[in-house]
Amino acid sequence: MDSLICYLPNKVNIYEFDWLFLTQPPKRYWEETENTDQRRPEEEQGTAVQNQNKSTVKERSLKRKNGESLEKKDPFSGEAPIPHKQLQKFQRGEKYKVPAGARQRLKEAIISSEAMSELAQKQAARYDLLLPEDAGFLEGDEDEDTNTISQDDIADAADITSGSKVYVIAFSLYLLKKLQIQKNVFVCNRHLLVGGKKGHVACIDWQSKDLMCEMNVMETVNDVKWLHTEAMFAVAQKRWLYIYDSKGLELHCVKKFNDVLRMQFLPYHFLLATASATGFLQYLDVSVGKEIAAICTKMGRLDVMSQNPHNAVIHLGHPNGTISLWSPNQKEPLVKILCHRGAVRSLTVDKTGTYMVTSGLDRKLKVYDIRAFKPLHSCFLPAGASCLSLSQRGLLSAATGDIVQVYQNVLGSSPVSKPYMAHRLQGQIWGLAYCPFEDVLGIGHGEGFTSMIVPGAGEPNFDALDTNPFRSSKQRQEWEVKALLEKVQPELIGLDPGQLSKVDQASFEQRHKEHVEALGFDPLAKDKFKPKTKKKGRSSAGAIEKRKRKVAHEDQRDKIRQTVQERTERDKEQKEKSNEKKNLGNKSTLDRFRK
Amino acid sequence: MAADEEELSINEQAISASEEEEGSDDERKHKKLLEAISSMGSRKRKKQNERSEASVQVSEFFVNAEGTGEKVNLSDLLGTVEKTSGASNKTKKQLRNLQSSKETLELPLNKQQTEKIQRGIAYEKTAAEVSCWRNIILQNQKAEQMVFPLNQESSGPKRVEQVVAGWKVQTPLEQEIFRLLHINSQPVDDPVLTPVEEQSLKAMSLEEAKIRRAELQKARALQSYYEAKAKREKKIKSKKYHRVQKKAKCKDFLKQFDEMVKTNPEGALEELKKMELSRMEERMSLKHQNSGKWAKSKAIMAKYDDSARKAMQEQLQMNKDLTQKIVVPSDDEHESNEEGLETIPDFVNDSEPVIDSVNPWMRGQLTHEESEVSCVTTEDVQTAEEENEEEELVGEFERKRKLRQADEEDLIPTEEEQPASEVVEEDVVEVSDKEEGDDDDEEEEEEEDVSEFNTLFRLMRSEKTLEDGFLNEGQIRVRNIEDLEVLGEVVDPQPIAEPSLPQAVAVEATSEPPNKKKREIDLKEVLTKEAKAVKVPFLPTVVDEEERDEQISIIKEAFAGDDVISDFIKDKSKREAAGRPEVVDLTLPGWGEWGGVGLKPSRWKRKRFRIKMAPPPPRQDQKLPDVIISENRNASVASHQVSQLPFPFQNTAQFESSIRTPIGPTWNTQSVVKNMTKPKVITKMGAIIEPMVKEDFIKNKTTTPGGKGPAIMLGENKRAKEGTKRSSEKHRGRSQKRRK
Repeated sequence: MDSLICYLPNKVNIYEFDWLFLTQPPKRYWEETENTDQRRPEEEQGTAVQNQNKSTVKERSLKRKNGESLEKKDPFSGEAPIPHKQLQKFQRGEKYKVPAGARQRLKEAIISSEAMSELAQKQAARYDLLLPEDAGFLEGDEDEDTNTISQDDIADAADITSGSKVYVIAFSLYLLKKLQIQKNVFVCNRHLLVGGKKGHVACIDWQSKDLMCEMNVMETVNDVKWLHTEAMFAVAQKRWLYIYDSKGLELHCVKKFNDVLRMQFLPYHFLLATASATGFLQYLDVSVGKEIAAICTKMGRLDVMSQNPHNAVIHLGHPNGTISLWSPNQKEPLVKILCHRGAVRSLTVDKTGTYMVTSGLDRKLKVYDIRAFKPLHSCFLPAGASCLSLSQRGLLSAATGDIVQVYQNVLGSSPVSKPYMAHRLQGQIWGLAYCPFEDVLGIGHGEGFTSMIVPGAGEPNFDALDTNPFRSSKQRQEWEVKALLEKVQPELIGLDPGQLSKVDQASFEQRHKEHVEALGFDPLAKDKFKPKTKKKGRSSAGAIEKRKRKVAHEDQRDKIRQTVQERTERDKEQKEKSNEKKNLGNKSTLDRFRK
Repeated sequence: MAADEEELSINEQAISASEEEEGSDDERKHKKLLEAISSMGSRKRKKQNERSEASVQVSEFFVNAEGTGEKVNLSDLLGTVEKTSGASNKTKKQLRNLQSSKETLELPLNKQQTEKIQRGIAYEKTAAEVSCWRNIILQNQKAEQMVFPLNQESSGPKRVEQVVAGWKVQTPLEQEIFRLLHINSQPVDDPVLTPVEEQSLKAMSLEEAKIRRAELQKARALQSYYEAKAKREKKIKSKKYHRVQKKAKCKDFLKQFDEMVKTNPEGALEELKKMELSRMEERMSLKHQNSGKWAKSKAIMAKYDDSARKAMQEQLQMNKDLTQKIVVPSDDEHESNEEGLETIPDFVNDSEPVIDSVNPWMRGQLTHEESEVSCVTTEDVQTAEEENEEEELVGEFERKRKLRQADEEDLIPTEEEQPASEVVEEDVVEVSDKEEGDDDDEEEEEEEDVSEFNTLFRLMRSEKTLEDGFLNEGQIRVRNIEDLEVLGEVVDPQPIAEPSLPQAVAVEATSEPPNKKKREIDLKEVLTKEAKAVKVPFLPTVVDEEERDEQISIIKEAFAGDDVISDFIKDKSKREAAGRPEVVDLTLPGWGEWGGVGLKPSRWKRKRFRIKMAPPPPRQDQKLPDVIISENRNASVASHQVSQLPFPFQNTAQFESSIRTPIGPTWNTQSVVKNMTKPKVITKMGAIIEPMVKEDFIKNKTTTPGGKGPAIMLGENKRAKEGTKRSSEKHRGRSQKRRK
């Protein structure tokens, strides 16, 4: 095989692979500044200095004649300039200019806040230099499609550790139904959770291939999902929802959640969202074990589910070709989109929450811009895609029958014409999941579980404060505490995650109405008049009624009284005015001499 | 009066003296009585001094002082001045004036008023005194961070000068050294440049200045020459000369422009822009259009005068020239095009046009239909489909055979060979029609004539067949390679022969009244839109049996009437209707007119008492026919939101922009987070926070910080500085006392 396969494993084996690339020394910022055009003042100064140098050759020569150039200027004076692109990447919102005629305090407030945000932006852009890794890729020969390159070839060409990531686990006894690779703790090298359709559940340490636990729940397993750490996972069984720990010990049986078909875990909210066969969408707060919301969707069986990682909105696909978006705070769908002519088979949302990819029974694959709810493009897949999965870097894998196809640049502007990679397996494919921060795709199929190397799938640079793939157990514990402290409340879930930073512009009445609805009573309402009990027969029913009548409709009466008074006053005034006019009219010119 | 009394008293004394001589008691007593009576009338009762003691010797010089109890009048004292000749007239006059003026001093104000005035003055004084604090207070209020105690010495390493500042020259040797340094004006504290060096530097700059001046002089001279020349030329009255000059200039400019196109395309572009601008101006104005005064007069003359005609034509020609469009050289166009092709537009920036190209709602040609109408049509379609199903079953085998034939002709469908870029360039309509096959290309021309129902029906039919194809997929068994390819073709929509349209249905569809109110956007169009087929290396061989059965049942459920779309439209219209406010009907039947069974309130009344509410703001999904966006407010977030603008901000945009940057460590670097969340006040543990002393901030203003002043003081300075030092010591002492 004479095709060049450039496969760059993310972090692990970068040194072994140096021979594949023309190694270059790392770029310094001054090298970069020559190429990038920047509009920063420092840079402008720099260019100005250069221009001066060109124009004043005479002066220089003069100085040299004297034999001394006294001023030695620092060629890189000031801070290191930041490329404009990088700055733009971290720009948050538009800069606000101080309006003309603003008061002093306002001016100061705006200026200080602007300065602060600028500083934050600059610093963030500067630290962006510390993301040194590049993603891998696969490149074929001139007349060779990348999708014809087999996994074996890739495994041969790649280093040993990467190659060893291709393997097959055969669960011959049980048909696999769903698998999930844990998100937070990364790495499928560590923790892989596999659930078979006939009740077989297994946790495997992916890297060392150690079996953490394996059991048979003796029931149909609909879905399996890791919770926030690898210590716990949820299994949707035939009737109830169960939660096990990593040893396979049953921790909870949540009987409020029945007939669950699909689950999604919202990591920042600690919410487990479940969709059931009865059409209920339920949210379980994993940190306190409370049901946050139960929404009757009235859409029938819910077996297509996905989450938008950007705003934690749950996407459900329905047999009538629509996709609905849900938050736990609203009883009706936030948005309903008609996507397919047939039932929706699978859907997935990209990491940034910009694109949604759906596939339906009409064998179409559609890409939506879910910020505008507009279709970008669609393509026709033979046999249709039963499973979809997007990697961290936007590679789409679609399962069509027994073939896994991986597409590149699906989220771009133009529709794809051919897959980036393809791989045939034995038996129908049931589940697909990418391993975060690794170039590996896990495939659950009729014969077992297979992993596949997809160069360029994983994000090469990770944020160790958010998800550290190499963390120790101590670090995991610390992370857990921190994550719990920073837990986002479920009330904040909505289409626009930036809603919180906006001023609520509802009127007082509306807010009051909502308040009353939330409380169940009106806190501003007047107390109802309760007549005192009096003695000596004065508290008879009739007397009480009379006393009540005295007070009844008091506010209304007040209003009436007030309006009547106003009206009489107005009338009076008018009368006076007219009288004056009359008097004026009666006066003769000679009246002015009268004393 | 006073004079009389005096005389009287004098007389009395005289009398009393004589009486004493006679010694008659009675007379004296009588006189006394008389006096007493007379004195009772007068205001002042004068005490008569009387010697009551008997004495042997009575001196004749013993004079009883007259008016001992009386005040001395000014006139008494100044009476003599009048007479003295030595005194000047001026003083005399003044004295006279003084005598005549009878003004008295006013009474002093009462206590309350004086106190009030005093308080006022005191307030002003203290206000002035206190107001010197105002600036520092304001400054502290505005300060982002205050560190108490205020005048802390900064921890960490210090500069040498600061450390040395306290140190004084003590030994004679040191004194000698520093004196020498001073004399030679060497820097003592800051190792910068010596004055000599500075001077030399200045000398350098002088030379430069000279050069500069010479340059400037030259430039000025040139300018003056140029100006003079221009003036001279301007004075020339010959029209011909100017004309020739103008033409020359024009030529020159053209040459320059040609060069510029080659060398400096940007400049050329600018020039072009200028030309364009002048063209615009020309087109706007009536300057060369033979409509001016001169032109009219010439027009009259034109009949007889050849030159006038010529002049007019020239003017028109000028107009033509100026308004002619500038043609850009075609080579550039090619280049730009190629560039455009090469650069792949960033998706985020160019998403809109892409959407437009794909999205049929954004196309110019929109199909229109009302929802009810669509329902009707779907029903029609249904019936048609039922009819067709039999045909299909019959035609299925035939189709397969056709496919195989097509395979033999060309193994790979042509469409798949087209590169992606071409597809993008293709007309959108074409793309959408790809599904329908090649036949449609001919029909495309007639598309405008054929009613939309017709096309819609066709689209739906093709869709249906596709689905059927999918459902039938299980029946195909792979036996050999050829079959496998056939399978691929089945999957591919293109080769599927378009079922012949039942003419009757089409006619029915067309015969429906076309000018019914139409829905702006057609949903069906959207969903039956083009989709690019994807070429895959392998083809699926296994179709799971279990799932398929399920799917078929689901499909049957879903397509129970194939009215998914109309259902959706109904749902949407229902939501829209719910959002609209209802008309409030306040008519009272029988009020002001006859009422009863079968009688309706009159029309004018209904009109008058029906109150129409203002229409709600447009829905978010107004322009998205396949989307329903809920208009409900998210009240749960509202409880966490800011509902009232905080103080200095005047509108929400200002406030929102001020909080747009998150302060958490997730989004920021460590240093920025620290900076953003630093506390307003920091106090040092265990340190006593003294109240601020006036000297602290006043000193800051007047005296310079230690770095700039001389670090080491010599004899003369010592005295002056000691004073301040003493005060600071005092201050320290006070603080120590407090500590005790």
